[in-house]
Order: sequence, then structure tokens, then C-alpha cells
Amino acid sequence: MTLNPEHRSYEELSGNFTWAVAEKELDYKNGEVINIGWYCSDRICLKGNAAKVALIYEGFGGISRQFTYDDIRIAGNTIGTFLRGLGIIEGDRVCLFMDRIPELYLSFLGILKTGAIVQPLFSAFGEESLFVRLENAGTRAIITQKKHLQKVRKIRGKLPHLEYVIIVDEIKSADLAAGEVLFRLDNAAPVENFDICPTMAETPSVLHYTSGTTGQPKGVQHVHYSLISQYLTTKWVLDLRDDDIYWCTADPGWVTGTSYGIIGPWSLGVTQCVLDSGFSAQAWYRFAEKNRVTVWYSAPTAIRALMKAGNEIVKSFDLSSLRHLASVGEPLNSEAVIWSEKVFGKPFHDTFWQTETGSIMITNFPGMKIKPGSMGRTFPGITGTVLDPATFRPYPEHGRAGLIAFRPGWPAMMRAYWNNEEKYREKFVNGWYLSGDRASIDSEGYYWFIGRDDDVINTGGHLVSPFEVESALLEHPAVAESAVTSRPDEINMEVVKAFITLKPGHTPDPDLELDIMNFIRKRLSPIAMPQAVEFMDRLPKTRSGKIMRRVLHAKEWGEEIGDISTLEND
Amino acid sequence: MEEMNINEMKELIMNYVIKEYIDDDDVKITYETPLISSGYVDSFSMVSLLVFLENKFRIKIPPSKATPEAFDSVNNIVALVNQYLKQ
Repeated sequence: MTLNPEHRSYEELSGNFTWAVAEKELDYKNGEVINIGWYCSDRICLKGNAAKVALIYEGFGGISRQFTYDDIRIAGNTIGTFLRGLGIIEGDRVCLFMDRIPELYLSFLGILKTGAIVQPLFSAFGEESLFVRLENAGTRAIITQKKHLQKVRKIRGKLPHLEYVIIVDEIKSADLAAGEVLFRLDNAAPVENFDICPTMAETPSVLHYTSGTTGQPKGVQHVHYSLISQYLTTKWVLDLRDDDIYWCTADPGWVTGTSYGIIGPWSLGVTQCVLDSGFSAQAWYRFAEKNRVTVWYSAPTAIRALMKAGNEIVKSFDLSSLRHLASVGEPLNSEAVIWSEKVFGKPFHDTFWQTETGSIMITNFPGMKIKPGSMGRTFPGITGTVLDPATFRPYPEHGRAGLIAFRPGWPAMMRAYWNNEEKYREKFVNGWYLSGDRASIDSEGYYWFIGRDDDVINTGGHLVSPFEVESALLEHPAVAESAVTSRPDEINMEVVKAFITLKPGHTPDPDLELDIMNFIRKRLSPIAMPQAVEFMDRLPKTRSGKIMRRVLHAKEWGEEIGDISTLEND
Repeated sequence: MEEMNINEMKELIMNYVIKEYIDDDDVKITYETPLISSGYVDSFSMVSLLVFLENKFRIKIPPSKATPEAFDSVNNIVALVNQYLKQ
């Protein structure tokens, strides 16, 4: 397979572009079967790369394993056979709730091969976050590890659709409850041939959950045809080539970890590596050095944490294998781009996209002029603009701040919010998909990020709904009222901050603050945990009683409060 | 706060870590078990551990010192806390 042998210019790639470029390279024709599980394993083997390493895994303590493309093909078959044996059929939702262990990646393929829908969830989610997502999706089976089993057991009784809890690691049969099944891939008979479900372009494939300003998290439903843009963006933007060793640091509980941590690299037949351990600059550099990583896709939060660890530590490692660096999740500040040029000799290339878009929308191509601090330009085939928030029409001139919007129709675009047609429709106005982010475009077509257009908090590249945190806070026995906003953070760009009024009989103190933090951490997730709690006598409200979050936000960010004529007085 | 010896301090921190961050009853940690690099405590949760230490020992640890390395084991944490108790 020849991968992007030379860097063609942005203009050359954009001219007369159609997605047929990717369809042709993938030997896909309109109306034919398309199954991501097959494309990411069987097809690579059929092209003569069965013995090529697909996955280099390293867990905590240096435990490492390698899987060839033939291994992942057979593992996908084996898992698919097991699931089918349980009665899992096309369209069923099967949740992956695991750390970044090999079974997570292999099960992803196995589920897709059965025609079921993969529902990946971040393994640090607490029981409430897990519950609302499983309930909304009507999930039929969950694949997890023993270490996360307690969280599943706590909510199992409230989930009538959840028939099977599948545990992939060591647990004694005697310790299994009803409906819990042990599945050890290493002990299962390898399945050479599997009758892969003949999914079509519009067959649902992956269901990722994302948070909005109001309401419960939304299930973003993708289809197998998403492969087309995930393949091509991986090839052109991440610049993956046959001999690359690729490292995507994202967790597959989030969309980057599936679009570019599984589908993109494996559909290209590239070797990728996974490090399943906590963050430390030392561990990351050592991993990149040891595996001779050539292409690295990470997040601004991680890059800033590496910056904080200093330049000296970088000199202790041989990172000369690094050829291309890219970033996603939040705006990449210009300091980080300049820093990476200094210490790695090459810049991080920023990319912009979302759970809903499924693939990269705005990007800095290899070879393209980088403007530090800019997100870059739209990927070929993507029509983007900035809309006037008053009229939802594109600004006629450059440089105006407005809403980032795209013309619908790219292959990886979401097809629905699961069971929420109304919210889905709200995302489209005047024929544009509204991203919820604000930016301006300069005269050369480069996008400059400004911020969210709503109250959603982007912390370390993860979206947190203030509504979800506020609702959970009200379940704490001491909390009367709550308002949640963000505050600036050096590493994570912004973090969650909670403003609380207490019920009678409770008084503010540091131990209560910690108790509230831990309450949210366990109930929702560490990401949603307020990093600070401020106790107030009362919260700012409108006369109609609505909490004015923006007043608190402005205070935290040192911004103008704006119109407070509706603010409640005594 | 009453004077606490090193062993009492270790035990207090260890008990808190087990109670708050270790979900699996079968996981046994020691004073040397890596907490951050092993993934038992993630970078977001580290903030709650920091607040616990500051509340319990009535100290203030500057953000620049609250690094993943300094929090990577109960022994490391005890050393960090001791540094600020002495100030």
C-alpha cells in the first residue's frame, strides 16, 4: 500500500477533491458492503500484511504485548463469535468499559464484525455517568474488567436492557453474579473464519456520548461509511506511511481514541502503539524512545504538562525518530507550537474536530505554513465558515468572530443523536451544521479559535456539562443550590468550579469542600470533579429565579459581566 | 494538629488512598506502589488528594510542587508533606 509518498500542497489536494479518492483507495464502491471491522483487519491481511505488527501494547510495570494484523483479525473473529453465541445481533449496543488494554481494541473490531454498535465509555466514569449513558442507549451487553465491576453492579438493577456483563480478566467463576460472563481471549479457541455482518454505508457503527449545556449527555451515532473520511484524514493530516510507528495518546472512551486510535491507523495498515499507564513526562518520553515512534497525535493538555516538566528531561531521551506531531482536543496555544519546534525540532500541527464530526475538519497539513495559535484550514471536501450569530449567515468579510459551521455531507458526520431527534435538528440552521465553537477566519482561510458558544466546559480536551455537574451536586446532602462554571487552568485550559449554597445546619469548611469534590468524582468522573468549591450565601439569579452562570464565569475569568439588568436584587 | 509520627502519617495517607481511589478490593498497595504512573490516581483526581493533604496537615503545597512524581507513592507523598510541615 503506498501512503502519501510526498507532501502535495494544500491547493493541489483541495482542487477537484471528492471523497471518491478514499473510496478508490479502499476498493469500496457505492452500494457495496462496508464493515470497519473487516477493513481494519481482514483487508490488511488480504493485502499481504498479515504478519505486520498492528498493535504494540505496554501496560503499567512494563507488561508488553504485540499483535500482528492476523492476530487482530482472528481476535476480532473470536470475540465476534463469542458475542453472537450470547445472541448479540446487528444493531444491539455493546459497551466497552475498559482501560486501554488490548481487549478494548480487539473487542472494538469484534463488535463491529457482528454488526452490533460499539458504545465506548471512559473507564474513569463514575456510576451515575455510566448509568445515564447505558440507560439512554438501551445497552444490551457491557465488556469490562474486574476492577470496574463494582460500578456496573451498583447500577445493574436499574438497567433492564443490560443482559450481559462480560469480564475479560481474572475472576473466579464463583464470584460471578447472574448475567455476568467470563471471557478470556487467551483461553478462547481462535476463530479463523467468521461470517462478518454485511453492514452497509449507513449501518450504525459507533455510539459516542458527548455533553451539552443542558439535558443529559447525547449519544452521537456514526455509521460504517465514516471510515472514508477517517481513512483519508489519517493519511493526509497525520501523514501515516507504511513504515510508521504511530502513537495516539487518546483513550478510546473518547472519539479521538476510536477515529484516530483504531479506525484511521488500522484501515491504513500502520503499526500503532498504546501506553496504558498514568501520565508522567519520563514515562511518555521513554515510551516514544523505546518504540521509535514516528508520528505522535496528542492533546494540548498533555503537551503543556510536558512543557511544565521542562526541557532538560527531553535531552535524556533519543526522540530523533519523531517525524510528525499533531494535536487535538482544545486550542493549541502558540507557546506550545513554538516550544515543540525548539525541543523536538518540529511543530505540533493543530487539528479541530468533534465527536459529532467524526473526523478532522480544520487542520494544519504537513508542509502547510503553520501560523502558531491557528487551527489551520478546512480539510479538502469540507466547506466551513463562520456565521453571524444574529442571522446564522456567513460573514461576508474576514476577521469577524462568529460561529464555526460546516456544510453537512462529509462521510463521518453523525447521523443522529440517539433517541433525541429534537436535539439533532437543533444542530442545523440554514443548511449549516453548528459546531458550538466560535472563531474568526483570516484572509488566507486560517481559523482562529475564540471559545465555546455555550456554557460547556472543555477541560483537558474533554467536554463537561455544567448542568450534569449541577444536578449531581444537588444530590449531595449538604448542597441546597449549585452553579457550575469554569476557571482558567495552566495545564487543562479550564477546569470545573462549583458555587454552592448550603442547606440549613451545614457550614462551609475545607473538609466539606473535599467531600463534595469526591462525591462528584465518584458519581460522574474525575474530569467533572470541581477543582474548587466556593461557598456562597446565595447565587446570582434573574428575577425569574434562573441562576446567572455567566456572572460567575465572568468573575472567574476577569471579564466584563455585561448586562445584569435582570439580576435579582434583595 | 497533634504531632504525628511518620508511621501514623503513612497509615493515614494510605487508608485515604485505598478508600478513595482503589475500587478493586483485591488490589493491594504498598507504601511504594506507584499511584499516578500506575493509573490508580489520575491527574484530575490528584487535586482532591492535594486538598486532602492540605486540609489534614494544615499546610499549603504550591502548584509547582504538586507534580505527578511527588504524588507517585505514599512514601513520596509523606516526604512532600514533611517538607511543608517543617516550614
